[in-house]
Amino acid sequence: MHSFGYRANALFTFSVTALAFICAIASLSDNFSDQNPSAEIQILNINRFKKQSYENDEVSLTLDITADLQSLFTWNTKQVFAFVAAEYETPKNSLNQVSLWDAIIPDKEHAKFRIQTSNKYRFIDQGHNLRGKEFNLTLHWHVMPKTGKMFADKIVMPGYSLPDAYK
Amino acid sequence: MSWIGETVDSIKSIKIRQLLTQAVTLGMIVTSALIIWKAMMCVTGTESPVVVVLSGSMEPGFQRGDILLLRMTKDPIRTGEIVVFKIDGRDIPIVHRVIEVHERKTTGKVDVLTKGDNNDVDDIDLYADGQMWLHRHHIMGRAVGFLPYVGWVTIIMTEKPIIKYLLIGAMGLLVITSKD
Repeated sequence: MHSFGYRANALFTFSVTALAFICAIASLSDNFSDQNPSAEIQILNINRFKKQSYENDEVSLTLDITADLQSLFTWNTKQVFAFVAAEYETPKNSLNQVSLWDAIIPDKEHAKFRIQTSNKYRFIDQGHNLRGKEFNLTLHWHVMPKTGKMFADKIVMPGYSLPDAYK
Repeated sequence: MSWIGETVDSIKSIKIRQLLTQAVTLGMIVTSALIIWKAMMCVTGTESPVVVVLSGSMEPGFQRGDILLLRMTKDPIRTGEIVVFKIDGRDIPIVHRVIEVHERKTTGKVDVLTKGDNNDVDDIDLYADGQMWLHRHHIMGRAVGFLPYVGWVTIIMTEKPIIKYLLIGAMGLLVITSKD
Protein backbone atom coordinates (compact mmCIF):
# COMPACT_ATOMS: atom_id res chain seq x y z
CA MET A 1 0.00 0.00 0.00
CA HIS A 2 2.97 2.28 0.27
CA SER A 3 4.81 1.32 -2.85
CA PHE A 4 5.84 3.85 -5.43
CA GLY A 5 3.29 2.47 -7.88
CA TYR A 6 0.32 3.03 -5.58
CA ARG A 7 1.45 6.50 -4.63
CA ALA A 8 2.01 7.49 -8.25
CA ASN A 9 -1.43 6.15 -9.15
CA ALA A 10 -3.13 8.06 -6.33
CA LEU A 11 -1.31 11.27 -7.25
CA PHE A 12 -2.20 10.90 -10.91
CA THR A 13 -5.87 10.26 -10.23
CA PHE A 14 -6.12 13.18 -7.87
CA SER A 15 -4.40 15.63 -10.21
CA VAL A 16 -6.57 14.61 -13.18
CA THR A 17 -9.72 15.04 -11.08
CA ALA A 18 -8.53 18.43 -9.82
CA LEU A 19 -7.71 19.60 -13.35
CA ALA A 20 -11.08 18.48 -14.64
CA PHE A 21 -12.78 20.37 -11.83
CA ILE A 22 -10.80 23.54 -12.55
CA CYS A 23 -11.67 23.35 -16.27
CA ALA A 24 -15.35 22.98 -15.44
CA ILE A 25 -15.31 25.95 -13.05
CA ALA A 26 -13.43 28.08 -15.60
CA SER A 27 -16.04 27.29 -18.19
CA LEU A 28 -18.91 28.03 -15.80
CA SER A 29 -17.45 31.43 -14.98
CA ASP A 30 -18.03 32.48 -18.58
CA ASN A 31 -21.77 32.40 -17.97
CA PHE A 32 -21.52 35.27 -15.55
CA SER A 33 -19.89 37.79 -17.84
CA ASP A 34 -21.95 40.69 -19.09
CA GLN A 35 -21.81 40.99 -22.83
CA ASN A 36 -22.91 43.79 -25.10
CA PRO A 37 -21.20 43.71 -28.46
CA SER A 38 -22.15 46.11 -31.20
CA ALA A 39 -21.58 46.34 -34.92
CA GLU A 40 -22.44 48.27 -38.04
CA ILE A 41 -21.89 47.36 -41.66
CA GLN A 42 -22.10 49.53 -44.71
CA ILE A 43 -21.79 48.43 -48.28
CA LEU A 44 -19.41 50.86 -49.90
CA ASN A 45 -19.57 49.56 -53.43
CA ILE A 46 -20.80 46.77 -55.59
CA ASN A 47 -17.75 45.98 -57.64
CA ARG A 48 -18.95 43.29 -59.98
CA PHE A 49 -22.26 41.59 -60.52
CA LYS A 50 -22.41 39.05 -63.25
CA LYS A 51 -23.60 35.69 -64.37
CA GLN A 52 -20.89 33.06 -64.43
CA SER A 53 -20.49 30.87 -67.46
CA TYR A 54 -22.48 28.07 -65.82
CA GLU A 55 -25.46 30.19 -64.89
CA ASN A 56 -24.77 31.16 -61.27
CA ASP A 57 -24.85 34.79 -60.20
CA GLU A 58 -21.74 36.16 -58.57
CA VAL A 59 -21.34 39.40 -56.64
CA SER A 60 -18.25 41.16 -55.48
CA LEU A 61 -18.70 43.97 -52.98
CA THR A 62 -16.70 46.22 -50.72
CA LEU A 63 -17.82 46.39 -47.11
CA ASP A 64 -17.14 48.83 -44.32
CA ILE A 65 -17.38 46.91 -41.05
CA THR A 66 -17.33 48.60 -37.67
CA ALA A 67 -17.57 46.47 -34.55
CA ASP A 68 -16.91 46.52 -30.85
CA LEU A 69 -16.57 43.01 -29.49
CA GLN A 70 -14.47 43.86 -26.48
CA SER A 71 -17.09 42.81 -23.95
CA LEU A 72 -16.95 39.22 -25.20
CA PHE A 73 -13.48 38.65 -23.82
CA THR A 74 -13.17 37.02 -20.41
CA TRP A 75 -10.11 35.60 -18.70
CA ASN A 76 -11.09 32.21 -20.13
CA THR A 77 -11.20 33.40 -23.74
CA LYS A 78 -8.58 32.19 -26.18
CA GLN A 79 -9.87 33.94 -29.27
CA VAL A 80 -13.03 35.21 -30.91
CA PHE A 81 -13.80 34.17 -34.46
CA ALA A 82 -15.90 36.83 -36.16
CA PHE A 83 -17.45 36.59 -39.58
CA VAL A 84 -19.96 38.41 -41.75
CA ALA A 85 -22.51 36.41 -43.72
CA ALA A 86 -25.14 37.42 -46.23
CA GLU A 87 -28.53 35.77 -45.73
CA TYR A 88 -31.30 35.72 -48.31
CA GLU A 89 -34.14 33.66 -49.66
CA THR A 90 -34.65 32.37 -53.19
CA PRO A 91 -37.56 30.59 -54.88
CA LYS A 92 -35.80 27.24 -54.51
CA ASN A 93 -34.02 27.73 -51.18
CA SER A 94 -35.70 28.82 -47.98
CA LEU A 95 -32.37 30.03 -46.63
CA ASN A 96 -29.01 30.81 -48.14
CA GLN A 97 -26.14 31.89 -45.95
CA VAL A 98 -22.88 32.87 -47.60
CA SER A 99 -19.88 33.86 -45.55
CA LEU A 100 -18.25 36.97 -46.98
CA TRP A 101 -15.46 37.80 -44.57
CA ASP A 102 -13.98 36.46 -41.38
CA ALA A 103 -11.26 37.29 -38.91
CA ILE A 104 -9.66 35.81 -35.85
CA ILE A 105 -9.51 38.25 -32.95
CA PRO A 106 -6.81 37.09 -30.57
CA ASP A 107 -7.32 39.54 -27.72
CA LYS A 108 -9.34 42.40 -26.33
CA GLU A 109 -7.23 45.15 -27.86
CA HIS A 110 -8.01 43.96 -31.38
CA ALA A 111 -11.71 43.53 -30.69
CA LYS A 112 -12.72 47.08 -31.46
CA PHE A 113 -12.10 47.67 -35.11
CA ARG A 114 -13.18 49.24 -38.34
CA ILE A 115 -12.10 47.80 -41.65
CA GLN A 116 -12.91 48.29 -45.27
CA THR A 117 -12.53 45.20 -47.34
CA SER A 118 -13.84 43.45 -50.38
CA ASN A 119 -15.41 40.10 -49.71
CA LYS A 120 -12.87 37.46 -48.80
CA TYR A 121 -14.96 34.59 -50.09
CA ARG A 122 -16.87 34.51 -53.32
CA PHE A 123 -20.54 35.34 -53.09
CA ILE A 124 -22.06 32.89 -55.56
CA ASP A 125 -25.72 31.99 -55.71
CA GLN A 126 -27.16 28.60 -56.59
CA GLY A 127 -28.86 29.96 -59.67
CA HIS A 128 -29.47 33.43 -60.99
CA ASN A 129 -31.71 34.93 -58.34
CA LEU A 130 -29.66 37.87 -57.13
CA ARG A 131 -30.91 40.74 -59.24
CA GLY A 132 -32.69 43.19 -56.98
CA LYS A 133 -32.37 40.71 -54.13
CA GLU A 134 -32.86 41.96 -50.59
CA PHE A 135 -30.62 40.39 -48.00
CA ASN A 136 -29.50 40.61 -44.40
CA LEU A 137 -25.90 41.00 -43.34
CA THR A 138 -25.19 39.27 -40.07
CA LEU A 139 -22.10 39.62 -37.95
CA HIS A 140 -21.53 36.31 -36.14
CA TRP A 141 -19.03 35.70 -33.42
CA HIS A 142 -17.80 32.46 -31.96
CA VAL A 143 -16.03 32.62 -28.63
CA MET A 144 -13.41 29.90 -28.28
CA PRO A 145 -12.40 29.42 -24.65
CA LYS A 146 -9.16 28.29 -23.12
CA THR A 147 -11.15 25.36 -21.77
CA GLY A 148 -14.79 24.38 -21.79
CA LYS A 149 -17.95 25.42 -23.49
CA MET A 150 -17.86 27.45 -26.68
CA PHE A 151 -20.65 29.85 -27.39
CA ALA A 152 -21.75 31.85 -30.38
CA ASP A 153 -24.20 34.59 -31.20
CA LYS A 154 -24.91 37.13 -33.91
CA ILE A 155 -26.27 40.54 -34.81
CA VAL A 156 -28.65 40.61 -37.77
CA MET A 157 -28.70 43.75 -39.89
CA PRO A 158 -31.48 43.68 -42.44
CA GLY A 159 -32.25 45.93 -45.32
CA TYR A 160 -29.46 45.59 -47.84
CA SER A 161 -30.17 44.97 -51.48
CA LEU A 162 -28.44 44.25 -54.74
CA PRO A 163 -28.93 46.23 -57.95
CA ASP A 164 -31.59 45.22 -60.43
CA ALA A 165 -29.21 44.76 -63.31
CA TYR A 166 -25.87 43.11 -63.89
CA LYS A 167 -22.80 45.30 -64.16
CA MET B 1 9.78 -38.13 -9.49
CA SER B 2 9.24 -35.98 -6.48
CA TRP B 3 9.64 -32.77 -8.49
CA ILE B 4 6.52 -33.64 -10.41
CA GLY B 5 4.71 -33.77 -7.11
CA GLU B 6 6.23 -30.43 -6.12
CA THR B 7 5.15 -28.77 -9.41
CA VAL B 8 1.64 -30.14 -9.10
CA ASP B 9 1.49 -28.84 -5.52
CA SER B 10 2.61 -25.37 -6.54
CA ILE B 11 0.04 -25.22 -9.32
CA LYS B 12 -2.66 -26.27 -6.91
CA SER B 13 -1.57 -23.54 -4.53
CA ILE B 14 -2.44 -20.76 -6.99
CA LYS B 15 -5.64 -19.67 -5.46
CA ILE B 16 -8.19 -20.30 -8.19
CA ARG B 17 -10.77 -18.18 -6.47
CA GLN B 18 -8.42 -15.20 -6.23
CA LEU B 19 -7.54 -15.48 -9.90
CA LEU B 20 -11.17 -15.66 -10.89
CA THR B 21 -12.02 -12.65 -8.72
CA GLN B 22 -9.28 -10.63 -10.37
CA ALA B 23 -10.49 -11.64 -13.82
CA VAL B 24 -14.05 -10.64 -12.97
CA THR B 25 -12.85 -7.30 -11.55
CA LEU B 26 -10.96 -6.59 -14.74
CA GLY B 27 -14.02 -7.49 -16.77
CA MET B 28 -16.15 -5.15 -14.67
CA ILE B 29 -13.75 -2.26 -15.24
CA VAL B 30 -13.74 -2.82 -18.98
CA THR B 31 -17.50 -3.15 -19.26
CA SER B 32 -18.23 -0.11 -17.11
CA ALA B 33 -15.93 1.93 -19.36
CA LEU B 34 -17.93 0.63 -22.31
CA ILE B 35 -21.21 1.50 -20.60
CA ILE B 36 -20.03 5.04 -19.94
CA TRP B 37 -18.96 5.42 -23.56
CA LYS B 38 -22.27 4.18 -24.93
CA ALA B 39 -24.21 6.37 -22.51
CA MET B 40 -22.27 9.39 -23.74
CA MET B 41 -23.18 8.42 -27.29
CA CYS B 42 -26.87 8.43 -26.34
CA VAL B 43 -26.72 11.72 -24.46
CA THR B 44 -24.85 13.63 -27.12
CA GLY B 45 -26.66 12.10 -30.06
CA THR B 46 -23.55 11.31 -32.02
CA GLU B 47 -21.45 8.25 -32.75
CA SER B 48 -18.32 9.84 -31.42
CA PRO B 49 -18.93 12.25 -28.58
CA VAL B 50 -15.26 13.09 -28.34
CA VAL B 51 -12.73 13.66 -31.11
CA VAL B 52 -9.06 14.54 -31.07
CA VAL B 53 -7.86 17.35 -33.31
CA LEU B 54 -5.35 15.83 -35.71
CA SER B 55 -4.31 18.66 -38.01
CA GLY B 56 -3.45 22.32 -37.74
CA SER B 57 -6.21 23.50 -40.03
CA MET B 58 -8.16 25.19 -37.25
CA GLU B 59 -5.29 26.97 -35.54
CA PRO B 60 -4.88 29.02 -33.50
CA GLY B 61 -8.18 28.05 -31.97
CA PHE B 62 -7.70 24.29 -32.00
CA GLN B 63 -4.24 22.87 -31.91
CA ARG B 64 -3.21 19.32 -32.70
CA GLY B 65 -3.78 17.24 -29.59
CA ASP B 66 -6.80 19.11 -28.27
CA ILE B 67 -10.05 17.33 -27.57
CA LEU B 68 -13.43 18.46 -28.86
CA LEU B 69 -16.72 17.56 -27.22
CA LEU B 70 -19.44 17.00 -29.77
CA ARG B 71 -23.17 17.06 -29.80
CA MET B 72 -25.67 16.44 -32.56
CA THR B 73 -29.20 17.79 -32.46
CA LYS B 74 -31.94 18.04 -35.02
CA ASP B 75 -31.38 21.80 -35.28
CA PRO B 76 -30.62 22.97 -38.80
CA ILE B 77 -27.03 23.48 -39.81
CA ARG B 78 -26.04 27.14 -39.97
CA THR B 79 -22.91 29.06 -40.89
CA GLY B 80 -20.32 29.50 -38.20
CA GLU B 81 -20.90 26.14 -36.59
CA ILE B 82 -17.84 23.99 -36.19
CA VAL B 83 -18.81 20.58 -37.52
CA VAL B 84 -17.17 17.20 -37.66
CA PHE B 85 -17.74 15.34 -40.89
CA LYS B 86 -16.57 12.27 -42.74
CA ILE B 87 -16.13 12.09 -46.48
CA ASP B 88 -17.64 9.01 -48.13
CA GLY B 89 -15.02 6.34 -48.37
CA ARG B 90 -12.65 7.88 -45.83
CA ASP B 91 -12.40 7.07 -42.16
CA ILE B 92 -10.83 10.16 -40.73
CA PRO B 93 -13.23 12.74 -39.32
CA ILE B 94 -12.48 16.34 -40.22
CA VAL B 95 -13.26 19.28 -37.97
CA HIS B 96 -13.93 22.51 -39.87
CA ARG B 97 -16.27 25.46 -39.85
CA VAL B 98 -19.38 25.86 -42.01
CA ILE B 99 -19.08 28.89 -44.27
CA GLU B 100 -22.00 28.42 -46.64
CA VAL B 101 -25.48 26.93 -46.29
CA HIS B 102 -28.22 26.51 -48.87
CA GLU B 103 -31.41 24.99 -47.53
CA ARG B 104 -34.10 23.69 -49.90
CA LYS B 105 -37.57 24.98 -49.31
CA THR B 106 -39.40 21.82 -50.25
CA THR B 107 -37.28 19.08 -48.74
CA GLY B 108 -35.43 20.89 -45.98
CA LYS B 109 -32.20 19.33 -47.20
CA VAL B 110 -29.06 21.43 -46.98
CA ASP B 111 -25.99 21.96 -49.11
CA VAL B 112 -23.08 22.86 -46.86
CA LEU B 113 -19.61 24.17 -47.62
CA THR B 114 -16.87 24.06 -45.01
CA LYS B 115 -13.42 25.55 -44.51
CA GLY B 116 -10.70 25.28 -41.93
CA ASP B 117 -10.00 28.57 -40.15
CA ASN B 118 -6.30 28.30 -40.90
CA ASN B 119 -6.70 27.21 -44.53
CA ASP B 120 -6.68 29.67 -47.40
CA VAL B 121 -9.27 27.84 -49.47
CA ASP B 122 -12.51 26.05 -48.75
CA ASP B 123 -12.78 22.29 -48.49
CA ILE B 124 -13.96 21.53 -52.05
CA ASP B 125 -10.72 19.70 -52.73
CA LEU B 126 -11.23 17.51 -49.69
CA TYR B 127 -14.64 16.30 -50.73
CA ALA B 128 -15.06 13.24 -52.93
CA ASP B 129 -14.55 13.66 -56.69
CA GLY B 130 -17.33 15.69 -58.20
CA GLN B 131 -18.85 16.46 -54.82
CA MET B 132 -19.56 20.16 -54.38
CA TRP B 133 -21.43 20.19 -51.09
CA LEU B 134 -21.70 18.31 -47.85
CA HIS B 135 -25.08 17.06 -46.76
CA ARG B 136 -26.54 16.41 -43.36
CA HIS B 137 -25.71 12.74 -43.37
CA HIS B 138 -22.01 13.48 -43.72
CA ILE B 139 -22.01 15.52 -40.54
CA MET B 140 -21.44 13.62 -37.32
CA GLY B 141 -21.73 16.40 -34.81
CA ARG B 142 -21.14 19.99 -33.81
CA ALA B 143 -18.31 20.99 -31.51
CA VAL B 144 -19.68 22.49 -28.30
CA GLY B 145 -16.76 22.23 -25.91
CA PHE B 146 -13.06 22.00 -25.84
CA LEU B 147 -10.25 20.64 -23.67
CA PRO B 148 -6.64 21.51 -24.46
CA TYR B 149 -3.76 19.04 -24.73
CA VAL B 150 -5.64 15.99 -23.41
CA GLY B 151 -5.76 14.35 -26.82
CA TRP B 152 -2.00 13.91 -27.05
CA VAL B 153 -2.34 10.56 -25.28
CA THR B 154 -4.47 9.26 -28.14
CA ILE B 155 -2.19 10.69 -30.82
CA ILE B 156 0.90 9.13 -29.27
CA MET B 157 -0.83 5.79 -28.90
CA THR B 158 -1.97 5.84 -32.52
CA GLU B 159 1.28 6.94 -34.06
CA LYS B 160 3.59 4.84 -31.94
CA PRO B 161 1.61 1.68 -31.26
CA ILE B 162 4.44 0.24 -29.21
CA ILE B 163 3.52 2.65 -26.43
CA LYS B 164 -0.02 1.29 -26.48
CA TYR B 165 1.22 -2.26 -26.06
CA LEU B 166 3.61 -1.23 -23.30
CA LEU B 167 0.79 0.52 -21.46
CA ILE B 168 -1.62 -2.38 -21.76
CA GLY B 169 1.11 -4.83 -20.80
CA ALA B 170 1.98 -2.78 -17.73
CA MET B 171 -1.66 -2.51 -16.65
CA GLY B 172 -2.15 -6.23 -17.15
CA LEU B 173 0.92 -6.93 -15.05
CA LEU B 174 -0.33 -4.63 -12.31
CA VAL B 175 -3.68 -6.41 -12.16
CA ILE B 176 -2.18 -9.87 -12.07
CA THR B 177 0.46 -9.15 -9.47
CA SER B 178 -1.65 -7.02 -7.14
CA LYS B 179 -2.33 -8.72 -3.90
CA ASP B 180 -5.93 -7.60 -3.49
